[in-house]
Amino acid sequence: MTTCRATRALACLAAVAGAVTALAACGGSSEGSGPRELTFFVAIQPGGTIEEVSKRCSKESGGRYEITPEFLPTDATQQREQLVRRLGAEDPSIDIVGMDVIWTGEFANAGWVEEWKGPLKQQVTEQVFPNVIETASFEGGLYAAPFNTNTQLLWYRKDLVKQPPQTWDEMIEAAEKLKEAGTIQVQASRYEGFMVWANALIESAGTEILSGPEAVDLEQAPTEKALAVIGRLANSSAAPPSLSTSDEDTARLGFEGGESAFMTNYTFAYASAQTEAPDIGKEMGFARFPEVVAGTPSKPPLGGFNLAVSAFSEHKDVAFDAAACLAGKESQLTAVELDGLPPSRSDLYTDKVVTEAYPGFAPLVKESIEESGPRPTTPAYQDVSLAVQRSLHPPDKIDAEDTESIYDELKSNLEDAVKREGLL
Amino acid sequence: MEASAPANPNPPAAAGASARTRSERKLAWMLCAPAVLAMLAVTAYPIGYAIVLSLQQVDLRFPDEGGFVGLDNYVSVLSSQLWWTDFFNTVFILVTTVAIELVLGMAIALVMHRAIFGRGVVRTSVLIPYGIITVVAAFAWQFAFAPESGFVNNLPLISDEMDWFGGRFSSFAVIIMAEVWKTTPFMALLLLAGLVTIDSGLYEAAKVDGASAWQRFTRITLPLMKPAILVALLFRSLDAFRVFDTIFIMTRGAQDTESVSILGFNQLISRLNLGLGSAVSVLIFLCVFLIAFLFVRGFGARLEEGRPGG
Repeated sequence: MTTCRATRALACLAAVAGAVTALAACGGSSEGSGPRELTFFVAIQPGGTIEEVSKRCSKESGGRYEITPEFLPTDATQQREQLVRRLGAEDPSIDIVGMDVIWTGEFANAGWVEEWKGPLKQQVTEQVFPNVIETASFEGGLYAAPFNTNTQLLWYRKDLVKQPPQTWDEMIEAAEKLKEAGTIQVQASRYEGFMVWANALIESAGTEILSGPEAVDLEQAPTEKALAVIGRLANSSAAPPSLSTSDEDTARLGFEGGESAFMTNYTFAYASAQTEAPDIGKEMGFARFPEVVAGTPSKPPLGGFNLAVSAFSEHKDVAFDAAACLAGKESQLTAVELDGLPPSRSDLYTDKVVTEAYPGFAPLVKESIEESGPRPTTPAYQDVSLAVQRSLHPPDKIDAEDTESIYDELKSNLEDAVKREGLL
Repeated sequence: MEASAPANPNPPAAAGASARTRSERKLAWMLCAPAVLAMLAVTAYPIGYAIVLSLQQVDLRFPDEGGFVGLDNYVSVLSSQLWWTDFFNTVFILVTTVAIELVLGMAIALVMHRAIFGRGVVRTSVLIPYGIITVVAAFAWQFAFAPESGFVNNLPLISDEMDWFGGRFSSFAVIIMAEVWKTTPFMALLLLAGLVTIDSGLYEAAKVDGASAWQRFTRITLPLMKPAILVALLFRSLDAFRVFDTIFIMTRGAQDTESVSILGFNQLISRLNLGLGSAVSVLIFLCVFLIAFLFVRGFGARLEEGRPGG
């Protein structure tokens, strides 16, 4: 008590209603007085969604909690590196984690995030796409509240292309024939975005990378078809010069610069083109992610963030309520409005906010998410992703006519990866 | 350490060392003790811990697993083609950067030595690249070489569409250039230190004897600078073997430009596989140790040769 008075007299005076509460206040936490401080580690969103929803939820809590966002870099790999270093060290300063859809298996398996149960679980999964709930689940339990989701569409130039192509082969041929802007923008730098592309092609070809957390599926014939698409594009004139270093942003810049008639990219590309390159923007058409096998519907990529409660948080009960609010209906609408991020609740796609953000293509975004091919869920996801990136990059090393050797390499690397063996 | 030096010239006398010598030695140890303890805490402990981890199966993502696996991690690393590819990449970067830096550094050192006007300004301005944080310099060069935003592709003789980071050797060229740009000043400074110790009388005598400028450089400057050159090469080689920042920023190891440090980072930080990652780290440590050992042995032998009249 004496040291308490000497050092933190003011804080203690406010809290001394009885000896017990006074002692608690001296312990350094804010329990008993004022709102609980919650720290929300999440990727930065340039439109200001995170600040906005944190402020609103803190206010709506009526003084129960105060959310402070801590921003992570925009690159998914770097976000994860920062988070796992803290969670691996059991850092209690993280309360709510903005989890990329691919981290669920790893974080849940390691015991870094808490499982959602009871009525709150009901609340945060209500009306959410089953595909998206899947990305927040591990071994039958739900570990995060779905916030925003994301998917890729095929964007094309209406002034150059009359009918959007159905398949990748058609698209490559069409691009090769064009006199100007005859390239296709994708994401093929050696990073997670390349894994997104490869996974979507493999899923669209009719197989999957893993059939369980430790089981490699990768049926040979369809996988080779998917790999042939990568090789064919990379070795054709439809490949932009910097294909092997391209990401979402270089793709957008290439399309906006008028270099490409086609691009597969997330929904942000539309709003960006409208403001950055209005001439191109007004000619921007959209279609579903192309098929690998003609007649077999494609399985577009699925991205997004789910909100989890850290196992090392000192205020788990309020953190659950806060995460539920941050991921709730209103927050999802804020995310569409400010940052163009698609909601994870399927019932919002007829809302005016969504139809205004996605003029004419809100139903297509919804369909894409419903029929998407998510990336595999496994605690060893990082190993799996590294194995795919290592085996298939740079994309122009794939010979579209002879994909067997690259298939064998991919398969054997993946088998090591799920067992977490060997160097990657 | 210094306290014991005077006792060494007469080893037989050590047996009958006086009480004074002994107490001096004791004092020396006591004075060294805090530094030794600090060194043990910040270097020996982490190195020892890394060695212990490298003999275990430890994965932060699977807290329940684990156990002693002997040398399995080392076997996985050394039998992996990836380790050897990355090892040769690293050696390639080491040899090329250090060689280029030695030549450029020597030229800059000679210029700094001879500079008559604004000596201070010349020396300071040469050092600027070395003062810039490696990550910042790497980003600056990456933007300079990026096809969309950089100025390099606008230069004459270079194709506008050149994708520098799209191929292995063009990536290496940019990485090596950035490394050389950054650390040549350090090399130059170490060489300059060697250069100023040479007695200018030797040059005058050589001139009188009719030696050409090239002869003076190869017969006087180089032999007398051998110790300084070896120290500079040692420091730079140890540094270059651990090259990380520039590659991490520019390619993150894509196009087969990965160095052993990036390989270690991938196992430790990305995969959280502390066992495998520690094995890679210990192997890097051994390589660095070996480089230092070879240099110090070579250095010790040649120091004698370098002496005037030796």
